[in-house]
This record gives sequence, C-alpha cells and structure tokens, in this order.
Amino acid sequence: MNAEFTAEEIVFQKDVREFMQNEFPAEMKQKIDANIRLSKAETVRWQKILYQKGWAAPNWPVEHGGTGWTATEKYIFATEMGLVGAPEPVPFGMKMVAPVIMAYGSAEQTQRFLPDILESNVWWCQGYSEPNSGSDLASLKTTAIRDGDHYVVNGSKTWNTYGQFADWIFCLVRTDNTVKKQEGISFLLIDMKTPGVSLKPIVLLDGHPEVNEVFFDDVRVPANNLIGEENKGWTYAKVLLTHERTNIAGVPRGKRRLLALQRIAANTDDGFGGSMANNPGFRHKLARAEIELLALEYAELRTLAALSVGKAPGPESSILKIVGTELAQSMDELFVELAAYHSLPFLPDQFEEGFQGVHIGPGNSAAAALTYFNNRKLTIFGGSNEVQRNIICKAVLGL
Amino acid sequence: MDFSYSEEQQMLQESVQKFVHKNYDFDTRKKIMASAAGYSAANWQLFAELGWLTVPFNEADGGFGGRAVDLMVMMEEFGRAMLVEPFLPTAILCGGLISELGSSAQKSALLPQIMGGELQLALAYAEAGSRFNLANVTTTAVRKGDEVILDGTKILVLNGPAAQHLLVTARESGAATAARGISVFLVDSKTADVSMTKYPTVDGRQAAQIQFKSVRVPVASRLGAAGAALDGLNVVIDRATVAVSAEAVGALEALLRKTVEYSKTRKQFDVPIGSFQALQHRMADMFIECQLARSIVLRAAMILDSKDSAQEKSKAVSAAKCRIGKAIKKVSQEAIQIHGGIGMTDELDVAHLFKRVTAIDLLFGNGDFHAARFASL
Repeated sequence: MNAEFTAEEIVFQKDVREFMQNEFPAEMKQKIDANIRLSKAETVRWQKILYQKGWAAPNWPVEHGGTGWTATEKYIFATEMGLVGAPEPVPFGMKMVAPVIMAYGSAEQTQRFLPDILESNVWWCQGYSEPNSGSDLASLKTTAIRDGDHYVVNGSKTWNTYGQFADWIFCLVRTDNTVKKQEGISFLLIDMKTPGVSLKPIVLLDGHPEVNEVFFDDVRVPANNLIGEENKGWTYAKVLLTHERTNIAGVPRGKRRLLALQRIAANTDDGFGGSMANNPGFRHKLARAEIELLALEYAELRTLAALSVGKAPGPESSILKIVGTELAQSMDELFVELAAYHSLPFLPDQFEEGFQGVHIGPGNSAAAALTYFNNRKLTIFGGSNEVQRNIICKAVLGL
Repeated sequence: MDFSYSEEQQMLQESVQKFVHKNYDFDTRKKIMASAAGYSAANWQLFAELGWLTVPFNEADGGFGGRAVDLMVMMEEFGRAMLVEPFLPTAILCGGLISELGSSAQKSALLPQIMGGELQLALAYAEAGSRFNLANVTTTAVRKGDEVILDGTKILVLNGPAAQHLLVTARESGAATAARGISVFLVDSKTADVSMTKYPTVDGRQAAQIQFKSVRVPVASRLGAAGAALDGLNVVIDRATVAVSAEAVGALEALLRKTVEYSKTRKQFDVPIGSFQALQHRMADMFIECQLARSIVLRAAMILDSKDSAQEKSKAVSAAKCRIGKAIKKVSQEAIQIHGGIGMTDELDVAHLFKRVTAIDLLFGNGDFHAARFASL
C-alpha cells in the first residue's frame, strides 16, 4: 500500500507544473488572486493555450483530441492546474455536451461540433432546469414538436449559466406527453441565434447576472440537431451526469484557499492587539477545515486508486461532491469571519474588470461576502446535495 | 499509488475475520466480559499462536514488521467485533514503549514473552489532572542509591487488573508539565505499596486506579535514560492513536451496517422506517462519515510508515484523531437514534459499539485536543 506517484508520474507532474507556471498568463493569475472575474476573452485565451499544447480536453478519447492520459495523470493535471489557480474550462461544451455527442451523436454531428469545442471557438450553455423542474428534472415542460424537417420549440429554461456568452445551447425537451415522464424527453442542440430564442438575465444575491432565463418562442430547430433517438434524451443526460466527475471535490482549489485563509489570518488584527492567526477560536476552525480537506483528498485518492485498477466509478462522486461543496462553503464562512466589517460594503463592481471608482476595504476583503453568497450555489447545482444523498441511499445503502 | 492490501495484509484480515466468526459472537463476548478476568486467556493464547501479538513489533525485535498499516487492518476487524482482549495495553502500548525505550536486555527479556502471550502489561501514565497532556506528570521518582522511590496516583490504567507488570511514567526532574524529566519504570504489580483499585470501564474493559506510595524499584527497571522518555512515549501514543482510530473505523462501519439493516426490517406506519427520507439522509451522512474516517486513518497509517519527519507524523495522527472524533459522534449517535429505544438496550450490540467508540473518542485526546495539536505542529 502506498500513496506515492510512480517515477513516470513524478516526471509528468513536473512537466505539468512547469507548464502551468510558465504558460498561465500572469495578468490572469493576478486577477484570480484578486477575486476579479475573468472575461470570456481571457478564458478563451487560456483554453487556446491549452489547446496548442494538446491539453485542452484530457478526458476526451484520443481520436477526438484527448490526451490518452491515465486516471492518475488526469488527476495530476487537474491538481496542478488548480494549484496555480488556472480556471477549468467552462464545462458546458467540453465536459457536458461533448461526451454526449461522442456517445450518441451522428458522425456528422461529431465532425460539426467537437472540433470547435476543443478549440474553444464555440461556447455552449445548458438548457436543463425549468422554473418548475429543478431536482425533479424529468418533469420538464419545454416542448419540441416535429414539423417536417424541424422541431418547433416552445417553453423556457432557467438557471442557465453564462448563456449571455454562448453560441449554442443543449436542451432537454419534451417530445412525447403521453408516456412516463422520463420516456418522452429528447436531447436537442439549438443555435442561440435562431429567431425566437431570447435571454433574460437573473441578478443573483452577489449582484452578478451569472445566470439567465432562456425563452423559446416557436423556435424552429433543424431535426438533424437531435442527438440520437427521439425520446431517449433522459438516458443520454443521465449518462452525462455520472460522467465527468473528475476534480469534483475541488481539493486543489481548497488548498489554495486554505493558504489564503492562513495568510489573511496572519495579517488580520483580532482587535485586541494580536492577529486572527493566534485567535484560539479561529485557529481551531481553520485546523478543522484543513483536516477535512486532508480527509477529502484521501477519499478522492482512494477513488482514483480504485479507478486506476479498473473499477467503475460508483457513488463515490456523490460523496466527493457533498463533502467538497460543504467544505468550500465553510471556507467561505471563514473568509467572511476574517473580513468582518470589511465584508459588508456591497460594491460588486470593484471586483469587475475596469473598475474606476475608489476601492473600499483592505485587499479583497469586500469580496468575501460576495463569494460566500455566490457559493451557496455549490450545494444546489450539479444535482443538489440532497439528490446526492438520495443516490448514496439507493446505490450504496440499498434503501 | 495503490491502496489495496498486500497478500500478507489480506491474510491478516482474514485471520481475524475467521477467528471472530468462529469464536467471538456477541453472546460469547458477553460471557467473556462477565468472567473474573474480563477477557479470555484462551483467546490470548490463540492470538499468540496466530501471530497477532507480533504485529506491533519490528523485525529486529522478532516481530511481524511493526507497520501501522498492518496494525490498522487488524484493529479495524477488532473494532467490528469489539474484542475486549487487552491487545492495546499489552502489545501496542507497553510492547511499543519497551521496544522504543528499552535496553536490548530489557527487550530480549520482555518482548518474546509478550509475543508469546505469556505476559500481561499495563501502562500507567494518565493522572487525575493531566487530561491529554503526556508531559503532565506529577508522580515523582526520587533516586536513592540503586533504587528509585515512586510516589503518585495513576488513573485509567487499562488492563491494570491483569497486568503482571506496570510501566509507570514518573518525573525525575522539572516542573509538572516540563518535557524533560519524565522516565518510565517497569514495576512488578505485586510490589509492596502498589495499591490498585480495579474497575470496569464503560466499554467493557478492565482498568484500575493505582496509587504508588513510596514504592521502591531498582534503578535498573528504568526504560532508557533518566528523564528522557517523552519522545518515545509520544511515538508510542501516536501509533496507539492510529490503532484505536482504525478500531473505531471498524466499529463505525458495523454501526452503519446494523442501522441500515434495521431500518429495512423495522416497520412503522406499515412501512420500513428506512423508506423515510428523514432517516435515509442521515444514514447517507453516516456513510460519508465512515468513508472520510477511513480515508484519514489510512492517510495517518501510511504517513507513520513513511520516512516523513516526526512532526509530520504527529500532525497526520492528530488530523486523523480529530476527524475520527467527529465521525464517532455523528455515526454512533445517529445509530441509536435511528434504532430508537431498542438501540439503548444492553441486549443489543449497537449500545456496546456506541460505548466503545465513545471511549475511543476520549482515548489519547479527543477531537478538540487534536485540532489544537494539529494547529500547533
């Protein structure tokens, strides 16, 4: 039994680390460290750097432009990328729709869509949730009715992340109303520029319109944009959900944030002449967060070790999702606790590109609350943590 | 990276499982606990024959290798079955301390006897005011010619009643919590003026409060140099901490399994209570706690067996003990809650597992103690 990488893996790790240090643009790193959101152009720039290196899509099969890495190599790559703070690719194209196209799309669809995803030429967004279909996704009501060579789509989607930047949207739509709800759903790709598609931003509690409502009003979609067979969309979507759970625990990001907490604590007055790093209560909470991260890291490594000896991924991803997101949220609380009064100014703009006003508060302290607010999403999206618990009950405990 | 057990570890695991299956059902355990000794001497002999008593010792001392991971594999199975035999006090704590601090003469005199199952030992280190601080030793050891005179009282001496010899920590110099000045002495339990008050513990073990009143022991009974025992004691307690944490992992998994099984058979309102989501999610959380506990204990065991620094090792041990403490509270309390009243009865193993893990939570420092130790290292 050992937790060590092989000699080859250590060489690989060194290569990846050097690449990240040399190639991740310094100005982007500064922004990440200062809690400033990256623009679409910057995210694309980083994705193209990875693409040039051949590392844009480690999880894709080699024939589609993947790397052919082992599970451990993928883990190393994700870890090193997370440790420098480089953003993961926007998941909707690379991680969500692409695997479905590969598995169930036609040869024509594969050629038409995958290269642009790999090169980050085309941005995708997701059309799953609806106002009345959240965790009970299969109850969705947006309809697609066949009309000659087209489907006519009507309805609305919500919690659509970054639709304002997207060129295409992949949707679950109802194509049969007469059968069991899961059996009347199809998987449809829609060009965002199609007449009848409109977007309404939803401002979240952190002041940022990260998500949208998307409306479909008699939108005519070519029938050859259907993935696989009609009414099989639920099956395809489910496969997608169990897929692509690499780095779901967020350990590298957790490590970066823990270092930041330690650094900020050392530089934050406790109000009584000492620093928060020596405040017994805070120290204790920080130690517990670090210990949780270590437990999570080893839970992830155990999953990885099982994968690398050929075991299928199981409900472990649900554990990693639950623990990783709840830990991330508890770290958010620690940032707010450190910032104290400095977390209360509500000036979201000062953490946006090009802010010209007077910056309030030391460092990023005023971003602490905004991040805390925004990260409430972590336990809600990607299958809420309650849904993950249902999965554990069903798949592991047999309840 | 490979987290699977070696062939030897698998054999060790199967060996314990086989023994438990054949010799250690819940009723048998109850009879053993009710016996005069509070453990089975016959089982102890069997442990020796099976080679289990050699597991904590390195090869140079004639042992199986002294690897924390091996010990983990075994202790987990012990935890599942709630073995009450004094493996922890005799083999891990005292054997470990002799191996760590003893002269070669002391080792060759004592270790074969331990591994052969002939010797029972107990470590007398905790005191009424020491809580979890190993350096807090007020029992005094005053040198007088070729003898040392011990004065003080030790609490929670596990296996004290059965021990032929005690290992006693005592202060030869320094203030009450000074790191230097602590020695360990091997004391025959029958020595004059060693007075022992025996009692059972909540988890069905035998322990004693022991008073040393001007007890005279030869200087030669000291393990190692005068006043230099603390580092060795730390190492041994760290190993023991990972061992009981692994034991807790086994016990917690047993609690989870029993709770899930019970929830599938117990019916209320005409349906199994396991169909209620209010209970399901709590069992999912119990499962998560078990997985995290297993992960962090595995980490600690692997780091103990690595070439990492002493500080890194202690830090990993504290991380594990802190985390296991949280898992213990969550899993054991929910196990009783979900069982309802039946979970509180003495006749069900759930209550006994609950009591054992409660004791483990406190042994060698609870979660808060280890969080603070983790932060300070």
